[in-house]
Order: sequence, then structure tokens, then C-alpha cells
Amino acid sequence: MKMTGRKLIDIFIRNSIKMLSLLLAVSFLSFLLVSLSPIDPVGQYILGLQTAVSPEQRAEIEEYWGVNEPPVERYFHWLTEVLQGELGESVIYRRPVAEIIGERFINSLALMLCAWLISGIFGFILGIVMGRYYDRWPDKILKKICYILSSMPTFWIGLLLLLIFGVWLKWFPIGFSSPIGVLSRDVSLGEKIYHLILPAFTLSLMSFSGIALHTREKLWDVMNSDYVLFARTRGEDEWTILKRHGIRNVILPALTLQFSSFAELFGGSVIAENVFSYPGLGSAVSAAGLQSDLSLLLGITLFSALFVCTGNMIANLLYRIVDPGIREVKE
Amino acid sequence: MWIDENKMKCKQQKLLEIHNLSLSFQRYGTWLRQESLEVISNLDFTVDKGEVVAVVGASGSGKSLLAAAILGILPPNAIVQGEIYYQGTRLTARLQEQLRGRDFALVPQSTTYLDPLMRVGQQADGHRKPRPTERRKKIFEKLSLPEKTGKLYPFQLSGGMTRRVLVATAMLTEAQLIIADEPTPGMGVEQALEALQMFRQMANEGKSVILITHDIDLAVLFADKVAVIYGGNTVEIASSRDFERGEEGLRHPYTKALWRALPQNGFEPVWGTQPYAGSCMKGCIFAPRCSMRTWECEEKMPPIRELREGEVRCYHAT
Repeated sequence: MKMTGRKLIDIFIRNSIKMLSLLLAVSFLSFLLVSLSPIDPVGQYILGLQTAVSPEQRAEIEEYWGVNEPPVERYFHWLTEVLQGELGESVIYRRPVAEIIGERFINSLALMLCAWLISGIFGFILGIVMGRYYDRWPDKILKKICYILSSMPTFWIGLLLLLIFGVWLKWFPIGFSSPIGVLSRDVSLGEKIYHLILPAFTLSLMSFSGIALHTREKLWDVMNSDYVLFARTRGEDEWTILKRHGIRNVILPALTLQFSSFAELFGGSVIAENVFSYPGLGSAVSAAGLQSDLSLLLGITLFSALFVCTGNMIANLLYRIVDPGIREVKE
Repeated sequence: MWIDENKMKCKQQKLLEIHNLSLSFQRYGTWLRQESLEVISNLDFTVDKGEVVAVVGASGSGKSLLAAAILGILPPNAIVQGEIYYQGTRLTARLQEQLRGRDFALVPQSTTYLDPLMRVGQQADGHRKPRPTERRKKIFEKLSLPEKTGKLYPFQLSGGMTRRVLVATAMLTEAQLIIADEPTPGMGVEQALEALQMFRQMANEGKSVILITHDIDLAVLFADKVAVIYGGNTVEIASSRDFERGEEGLRHPYTKALWRALPQNGFEPVWGTQPYAGSCMKGCIFAPRCSMRTWECEEKMPPIRELREGEVRCYHAT
């Protein structure tokens, strides 16, 4: 047990180093891309001030911001600020970027977590059903549904659901995370969940069929393995085999897949949040991109990289805790 | 009337009888035409109570499929013809299902037959409740498996330990018929002897063992009789003593050739290759490689006949 603990810490440290170097690379690349883009941060800032600025004043701002410094120097300047937790101020929201990310992330996290759980649990169950009835009619029908779902773009599904359940049937609100015209402190948890259902469902549909089809294939392999054949000769019926060997051997790869889908999840949330006007990180990043809010854009880029890396690291650590093949290696 | 009664009595002593068993696989050939590939044909032998029967033959002679056919765990595209009787009752898919794990036990070949993610102890105990953990621990001890073995995962076992764990699964059951599928490959001579001794022990306790192997040398040491399979056919059934007597004791030219091919008996290779059971031959399946063949052999498959207290599928054997 002590050995495993030490090993886990070891892996954690090694993963963290990898993560930090990756974040550094992401920061460098995104900074490079932003500096090469035609966006003029000073111009955007002045636009936000909504007052006339003389060329002299503009030159002063440029001097103050260090726009004319060499790019490498600017990068290091920015990086030291970031490392101190200073992500700058958003031009469109006129508030510190860190604050916006924190606030938006909670909304996004709720959305992504719900979607993640829905797709994970239902995808897995469906995969088990498909694998169990491999190539028989329940599998054939479900497989077609999965193919259809995975070939439909998320934004389109989102619009479709919005149209059907929001506009026609009026079962769910058509957008936002809380009712319109209510102060945020008066919004109940129930109402928040009510607003969350449709976007979360849309987002879950994106990774849902992946996990289902993967589990199906994996279960089929397991059911045709030597050890299942042996279990059969020992008198285990199909249901016992599924419970004793099937799920045991399928759940590990499914978990890994689910944890490594954080990247897709984040990408999907941008689309889902935009369709449902949901105030999360996803809608903030598209707003930042469209309105040239550089500090917000860079901040969210870094944050999302951190988020995805964390997901992958959890998958790595979890696998070592759960999989006996890796956990109990002979000394 | 009395003949029938006699037959019944006879069958009760016999635990398992295989009559004229054929096995073929359906598959799609060119242009989606269904073809059937025959892998076992005309297989006959019986297993008495308390007996070890070695089924020997080269790779690809259909030995392992025989085990699957008895247990009823063939893939769905397999077609079985002929009859298998267990304690005088004809085996049906339903009966096989009931007998699996109760009267029949399989000792498979390798570690791939153990669930990689389940601890060995839990796995050996099986799915039946209550779990026979105490009895299993005793059997593990008897097989000189260390006490902690039960807590290990299959990948942590050595080859020999895996073998013993697999044998333990059979010993835990009340099975009357134990089918051991190639239990010795990959083992040293001592380990192999030890493993085969375990099967002999089970037979001495009144159980019956089918030992599927291609190691004639070792099989003869522990088996009561040997069924020689060639291209999915039984060509000879001889007692182990016949093998000890050497070439004169044996009947079929193939068995003799096998005997001569053993290192201590001249190491003489058998010319030619073994055909598929279903390779469109009307005559004796061994005829192309046989030095004793006559026109008769190429015309019609010889029936299996009794000869000197054994059985042989050959016109010319004496």
C-alpha cells in the first residue's frame, strides 16, 4: 500500500511537470498567434473608453502598455504577470479576467459535469446492452441511433432541441442560466437546474455515442475471450458472465475514455453555450474572440488547457489506482 | 429384450460414449456461397469410470474442438453430427448446459482462460454460492500453491502456478468427467509429470479424465488407453500397454509411424502432411501417406473394427 502511495505521488509529480511545460508551450504559442493577428489592442481599448483620444494620448498609452517593445520582451513581461496571478482586465466586461473566469467557470462546470455524467452513465449502459445483443436487433437499432447522433453536429442538435422543447413544446426555457428579470441572488437552485437541462443534454449527445460504441466493441471482445469461454464451461450463465466478467473488464477502458474526453467536452461547451446563450466560459471565449478582448482570450485559453490537462492527469492516476495490472506490478 | 437390458448395463459402466461424431463449420466461400468445412469426422471412443483416456494427435487434428463439442461450447456456426452419450443419456444442448461446471469440468490450456481483472481465489471459488473458500484453500495447499496465491491476479502467477490454479478449479467441482486440454506444453518434465499425476489421482478417486495432448510419451505413462486422432478421425484405440510393447503392440500404420517418430525409437519423421477431415477423400484418410495402401484403401474409408482388445480403422492392420 505504501508502495502504491509513493508511486502515485511520483506519477503526480511527473505529470505535473509535463503539464507545466505544456502550459508554457500553450502560453507561448497563443501569445505568438495573438501578436501576429491583426487585432489592435490599443484600438480596442480606446473603443471601449467611448471618448475621443488624441494621437499623443494614444502614443502615451502605447508607451505605457509596452506595445513597441520587442515581442519576446513583451511575452516575458506578460508571463511574469500571469505567474503572479494577474491575468489583466477584460476590455468588454471591464473587470479583471480572473474574476470573469472564476464566475463563468462555475456555470460551465455545472454544465459540463452534468453532460459528462449523462453521457458517461447512459453511454456505458447502452454500450453494455449493444454488446450483449451484438448484431441482434436491439444492437442494430441502437447502433444506428448512435451513428446518426455522432454524425449530427452539436450546434444543429442544440438548435433542434431548442426548437422542439423550448419553442414548440415550451417545456424548457430557450436560454440563459436563470429566468430573465430576476436578481441573481433570488434565483433558486431548482431554476438553475431547470435552465441547465437542455444545454447539458445537447452537450452530452456529443460524446455519448463514442462511449457507447466503444463499450459495445469492448464487451464483444470480452464475451469472446478465452476466460469467458472458460466461465461458460464452469456453468456460468450469460447473465452471470456479464456481471462477473463483462462489466469488470469493460469499465476500465470506458473510464479512461471518459476522462480523456475533457478536451471535446470543453470544445462542445463553446457551441452549446452559444446556442443556448448560456453564460459560461464557452460563450465568454467566443465573445472575447469576436470582440478582440485579448486578455480574456488568452486567460481562457490558458485556463482551458489547464482544465483539459487536469482531466488527463485524473485519468492517468485513476488507471493506476483501479487497474491491478498496473497497480500490482511485481517488484 | 435381454440384449437391450445388457446394453443398458454396459452403458452404465461407461461414463462417456462418442459415436461417429462429425463436426463442421459453416462459412462463406466465394460469392457468398455457404460452404461447410469438416474438421472432425468418424470420431469414436468411450471413456469408462475411473479411466484416463489420452486423446493424441498432431496439431490441427481436431483435438481441442472435441473438448468443445463434449462441453457444448462450440461457436454458433459449428454443426455437430453423431451422438455423445453421458451415463447412457444422449447429450443435448440443454443437458450439456446443466452438466457444465457440475458433472463436466474443463482444465484449459493457458492463463488467458483466467479473467485478468479478478483475483485468483475469487475466480477459483467460482460463481456458485456459498463460495467454497475453505475447501479451495485446502486444495491450493494440496497443490503446494502459496497461501497468498488467492489474493493474486492472474498476471502475477508463474506458468506452473497458473496450471495448478486451473487444475484446482476442476478439483473444486464434483465433476465426474474432467477434460484436460493440452495441460503440459510449456512445462518442464518434472512439472508435467506432476500435473499428469494430479489427473491420475483424480481418476483413481473414481472420476474420469480425457487428456487431450500431443505428448504421447507422457500420456502413455498415465493413461489407461490412448485414442489416436488423425485428420479428425479415430484411427486407433490402444491401451497404454500396447505402446510400451512398441511397434508390434500397435495396430494402425499411423500410430506405428508416430511411435517410430519418438526420439528414443529412431526419430524417424512421417512423410507427408495431415489433410483436413473434409478434404474430399473417399478412401482412408491416411492412405496417401501409407506404405501398406491398396486399391481398397483409396476406394472406401475403412470402418473402425476391434482388433486384439483394441480398435483400429484399417483394412490391413493385424
